[in-house]
Amino acid sequence: MATLVGGITTSHVPAIGRAIAKNLQDDPYWKPFFDGYGPVHRWLEAEARPDVVVVVYNDHGLNFFLDKMPTFAVGAAAEYRNADEGWGIPQVPPFTGELDLSWHLIESLVADGFDLTTCQEMVVDHAFTLPMALLWPSQAWPVKVVPVCINTVQFPLPSAARCYALGEAIGRAVRSWASGQRVLVLGTGGLSHQLDGQRAGFINKDFDLQFMESLVHDPRWATQFSIHELVEKAGTQGVELLMWLSTRAALGDQVRRVHQNYHIPISNTASGLMVMSA
Amino acid sequence: MTLPDIPGTTLFDGAQARKGYGLNKMCYSFNSADNRADFQRDEDAYCSRFGLTAEQRRAIRERDVLGLIAAGGNVYYLAKFAGILGLDVQDLGALQTGVTKDEFKRRLLDAAR
Repeated sequence: MATLVGGITTSHVPAIGRAIAKNLQDDPYWKPFFDGYGPVHRWLEAEARPDVVVVVYNDHGLNFFLDKMPTFAVGAAAEYRNADEGWGIPQVPPFTGELDLSWHLIESLVADGFDLTTCQEMVVDHAFTLPMALLWPSQAWPVKVVPVCINTVQFPLPSAARCYALGEAIGRAVRSWASGQRVLVLGTGGLSHQLDGQRAGFINKDFDLQFMESLVHDPRWATQFSIHELVEKAGTQGVELLMWLSTRAALGDQVRRVHQNYHIPISNTASGLMVMSA
Repeated sequence: MTLPDIPGTTLFDGAQARKGYGLNKMCYSFNSADNRADFQRDEDAYCSRFGLTAEQRRAIRERDVLGLIAAGGNVYYLAKFAGILGLDVQDLGALQTGVTKDEFKRRLLDAAR
C-alpha cells in the first residue's frame, strides 16, 4: 500500500508569485517569509521524498465560476496547467496528474459519503501553483499531483467538521491505494486575513497561533466553530484554514511537528506554514 | 436562522450571488487579456454585455469597491477588475477602509504585535 508521509500547510497569497518572479527572497519584507521554507526543502529531500502530492486548495475564479460551484471537487486529469488569472502573475510549468490515485480517491471518497464533482479537465490557480513553487523553487516538479478543491467562494461553505471528515477520508484512501508510492498532502490558504469590506486588513494573531498549536495536540479543536464563527475569528478569507484542517485530518491521530513558521504580514495576510510527519 | 452580523463584513451568500451574477461574470471574463482590452476600450459597452444594473455600472465607473460589494460583487472576481486598474489588495484595503495605503500597511504591521 501507499505510504502517507505527512502534510504541509502553507499560505498561498498571490504576491508570493510576484516576489518569486522578481527574486525578492532576500528582500527585507520577504525574507522572514521565504526563510521559513529552507527546513521544508530539507525535510522533503531527506525524509519525506514524496512521489505524489494531493493538493487541497480553493479555487479563486480560474477553473470554477458561479455558474457551477462544487463544494468538493477532485481532479482526474493527465495534466494540470496554470492560466491567466487576470492580474498577470507569471505562470508556472504544467503539472503531471497521478490518474490512478485520482480515481482511487474518487471511488474511495464517494464510498465514504462525499458526493464529489470530478474534473477530467482542470486549470489550477495560484492557490495550487504557488505552494508547489514554495516547496520546489526550481519548478521542475519531481512529483505527480492530485488536486482536491474546496469551495470557499460562495456560501454556504462546507463546515469545519465536514472538511475534517473529508481529510480523514482522504487519509484512508491514500493508505488503501495499492501502490508503493509515497504521498504528501499539501493544504493551502490562510491564515487570518480579510480582503473585503470595512474590516479589510483584519488579522488575528492569537487565533492563528492557537489554531496552529491545536493541529498538533488537539486537531479537532477548530471543528467546534461554525463557518460564521470562523469568519468572525479569522476573516472572510481566513476561512481558508479549512484546507489546513482537511490536511491535518488526513494524517491520523498522531503527528510529529517537523517545522513551522508564522509571519505578519504578507500582502494583507498573516502567513502560516506547518510541516507535520504522519 | 439569523446570525449576528460581523461588522464591516458581507458574506457572499445566495442573496449576494443572485444580485451580483452579471457583475461577477463580467469580472470573471477578465481572466482573458483580450477581454480586459475590450473593457478598457469601452467600459460602458462592455458592462452592457453582462447586463449590469445602473448601480453596478455606477460603482464600476467610480471604482467604488464597497459599492461593488454591496451590489453583489465577490472579492475574488473584483480582484480581476482591480488588476486592470493596477491596484493590489492593499490598495483595495485602503480604499475600503478610507485610509491611505501607507496607513493601511501600518495597521497590518501593528497586527504582528
